[in-house]
Amino acid sequence: MTVRDLRAVMGRTVAATVGWLRAVTGDDAYERYLTHPARTHEGPPMSRRTFYEEREKRKWSGVSRCC
Amino acid sequence: MNKIVGVLLAGGGAIALGGIALHRHEPINALWIVTAAVCIYALGYRFYAAWVAARVLSVDPSRATPAERYDNGRDFVPTHRWIAFGHHFAAIAGPGPLVGPTLAAQFGYLPGTLWILVGAVLGGCVQDMTILLLSTRRDGRSLGQMARDELGAFGGFAALIGTLLIMILLIAVLGLVVVNAMKHSPWSTATIFATVPVAMLVGVHLRRLRPGRILEASALGVALVLLAVLAGGWVDTHPLLRGVFDWSSLPLAGFVIGYGWIAAILPVWLLLAPRDYLSTFLKLGTVALLAVAIVLLHPQIKMPALTSFVDGHGPLFGGKIFPFVFITIACGAVSGFHALISSGTTPKLIASEADVRLIGYGSMMLESFVAIMAMIAATLLDPGVYFAINSGAGVVGSAPAAAVHTISSWGFPVTVQQMQALAHEMGETTLFARTGGAPSLAVGMASIFGSTFGRGLLSLWYHFAIMFEAVFILSTLDAGTRVGRFMLQDLLGHLYEPLGRTSWYPSVLFSSTLVVAGWGYFLYVGVIDPNGGVNILWPLFGIANQMLAAIALSVATGILVKSGKARYAAVTLLPLAWLAIVTTAAAWQKILSADPRIGLIAAARALSAHLAAGTLPAQAAAAAPQLIFNQRLDAWLTGIFTAVLWLVILDMGRVCARKLRGLPVPAPSEAPYQAARLQPEGGT
Repeated sequence: MTVRDLRAVMGRTVAATVGWLRAVTGDDAYERYLTHPARTHEGPPMSRRTFYEEREKRKWSGVSRCC
Repeated sequence: MNKIVGVLLAGGGAIALGGIALHRHEPINALWIVTAAVCIYALGYRFYAAWVAARVLSVDPSRATPAERYDNGRDFVPTHRWIAFGHHFAAIAGPGPLVGPTLAAQFGYLPGTLWILVGAVLGGCVQDMTILLLSTRRDGRSLGQMARDELGAFGGFAALIGTLLIMILLIAVLGLVVVNAMKHSPWSTATIFATVPVAMLVGVHLRRLRPGRILEASALGVALVLLAVLAGGWVDTHPLLRGVFDWSSLPLAGFVIGYGWIAAILPVWLLLAPRDYLSTFLKLGTVALLAVAIVLLHPQIKMPALTSFVDGHGPLFGGKIFPFVFITIACGAVSGFHALISSGTTPKLIASEADVRLIGYGSMMLESFVAIMAMIAATLLDPGVYFAINSGAGVVGSAPAAAVHTISSWGFPVTVQQMQALAHEMGETTLFARTGGAPSLAVGMASIFGSTFGRGLLSLWYHFAIMFEAVFILSTLDAGTRVGRFMLQDLLGHLYEPLGRTSWYPSVLFSSTLVVAGWGYFLYVGVIDPNGGVNILWPLFGIANQMLAAIALSVATGILVKSGKARYAAVTLLPLAWLAIVTTAAAWQKILSADPRIGLIAAARALSAHLAAGTLPAQAAAAAPQLIFNQRLDAWLTGIFTAVLWLVILDMGRVCARKLRGLPVPAPSEAPYQAARLQPEGGT
C-alpha cells in the first residue's frame, strides 16, 4: 500500500466518522428534509430555524432519555 | 464459517471464565473480565439473538416498516442502521449502569459481573429487541398503548402509573448522587454550576445565531465544559471563591430542586436540548476512552470475588446477595425503562425489520459493557478505600479514625493517611462517606485515565469524571421531570380537561411543581438521612425499574401467545419469571424483614424506639420524625409496586389462558403487511 492509498483510506474514514456524527446528532437533518421526496408535494419548505424548532419540540414531548 | 467463529468465541469465553474461576483466591486482571464479557456478548448476539429474531419474532425484511410507509422526513425517517444504533444507544444509556455496579461491588466483583452478563444476554437485550420489533409492527406505539391494546385497560393504566413513579424515584436518587458528589467540594460545585450557563450559551447559539448547527455548537460546548473543569481547579485554590462554592448538602439539594423546577418550565431550546447534546458527546467520548484505557492499562482487580457481605450486613445497603444484587443492578442487566425508548421514538427510524437485532439487542449489549467497565473501575480500588468512600457516616462513624477502624476490622485494611493522600491527589479535602457511587467511580476512572494518559493529572481526571457524571445526571433530571409532567397532565386531564393541555401555562406550572415536589421530597429526605439515603432510595428505584421490565415482558409474552407462538413464550416468560421472583423477594424483605438494616417498617420502629428512649443525638432526633414517616411511605410504595406487578402478570395470564382455550381475546393490533420497497443494507 502506498502513502497515497493510506491517505485516501484515512480520508475516507474521517469523512465517514464525521458523516456518522452529523447524522447521529441531527446536524444534517435539515439538508435531508430539503431533499426529501415527500416534501416536494407540500409547497415551500420550512426555514432552517422553524425546522429545528419543530424537531426539538417533537423530540422532547416524549420519553427520549433514560436512566 | 459460522461454526468456526462460534467455536472460537465459545473457546475464548470458556478460557476467560476459566481464568476467572482459577484465580478465585488471588487478584485477577481486568482483561479476563473484558474478554469473558466480549465473548459472551458475541455468542449471545450471533446465536441466541439471531434465533430469537428469526424464529420467535419472525423478523421479516420483506415487510415495510412504519418509517418506510409514513416516511415524512420528520419523525418517520428510514435511517441507516448504524445511525439508528447511535440514536438508540445515546437514548438508553444514562447514569444507571455506572451507579448500580459500583454499589453492588460490596458483594465482590463476581456476583454483579455474572448478573450483568447473563441478565443482559438472556433478559435485557431480549426485552429491548422484542419491544422494539413489536412497536415497529404497531406503527411505533408506546408501551402503555400496546399494553392497553393487547392486554386491556388495566395493563395500560399500570404501565402509566409505574412509569410516573419510577421517574420520580429515579430523579430523586440521581439528584442525591450529584449532591453527594458536590458537597464540600468547591471544585466539583463550581464546575457543575458552570455547566448551566455553558448549556444556555450553546442553546442560544443553536436557536439564534446558527440554527441547527448541532455539531459545531456541541464542540464549542464540550470545549467550554472542559475549560470549566480547569477553572474549577483554579477556584479551588482561590481563598475567597473557595468559600463561595463550599456548600453543604442541604443547600445543594435546594439548588438541584430549584434547578429542576426552572429547567422544567423554561423552553427546551434554552437548557434541556443543548445540555443533552453536551451529555451525548461526553457520554460517547468517555465510554470509548474508558474502554481503550482499560485495555491499555489492564489493571488488577483488588476486590475479592466474593466478600463476607453476601450474608446481608454490607455497609452500602443492607440485604443478602439474593435478591439484592439483582435489584441493585437493573440498568446494565435488565432495565424496564428501555422499553419506553424501544417503543415510541426508535421504531420510527427503523428502515428494515432486519435491523432490530443490531439496534435493540446490540445497543443493550453496549450498555451492559458500560456496566462491566463501571464494575472494573469500582473493584480495582483497594477494597478498604472503596468501603471508606462508599460507607455512610451512620454506618462506620463520622470521625475518620473510627471509620478506618471499623473498615479495617472487616478485613479491608485502610489508614487515615492513605485516605488523606488519596483525597489530596484527587484535589478534594476528604473522600470519607461520599456515598452514592459517583465519587468512588470518579476515583476509579481517574486512576485508570491517570495511569494510562498521565499520572500528574489525577485531580483533573477526577473532576472531569465528576463533571461527566453530573452533566448527564442533570440531563436525565431535566428530561425526566418533563416527561413526568406530560404523564401527570395526561392523568389530570381526565379530572379537569384544561389541565391536560400541554401548552396551557397554568397547567404547565402546576404539574411541573407537583412533579418536582415529588422527587424533591425524596431527595430532601435522602439528604437528611445519616446513612446517606442512597441505601434506601437505590433499592426502591431498582424494584421499580424491574417492575417496569416485568410489565414490558408481560406485554411481550401476551403478544407471543396471542400470535400463536406459545411454544416460544419461554424466551420472554423466563426472564419475566426471574424478575417477578427477585422483585417480590426483595419487596417482601424491604417491607417485612425484622432487621432494621433491611426492613423499612422495622427501621421505622427501631428509630421510633430510639427517639422515645431519648438515646439519639440532638441532630438525629430532629430528623427522626421525617425519616420514620418516609420509611413507612417507602414501605407502602414498595407494596404498590409489587401489587401492580402481579396484577399485570395475572392480567397477561388471563389473556393467554383465554387464547389457549380458544376464547375471544383483544384483537391483535399489528399493522397489516405491506411489502417493503427498501432493501436491507448489507447482510445481517
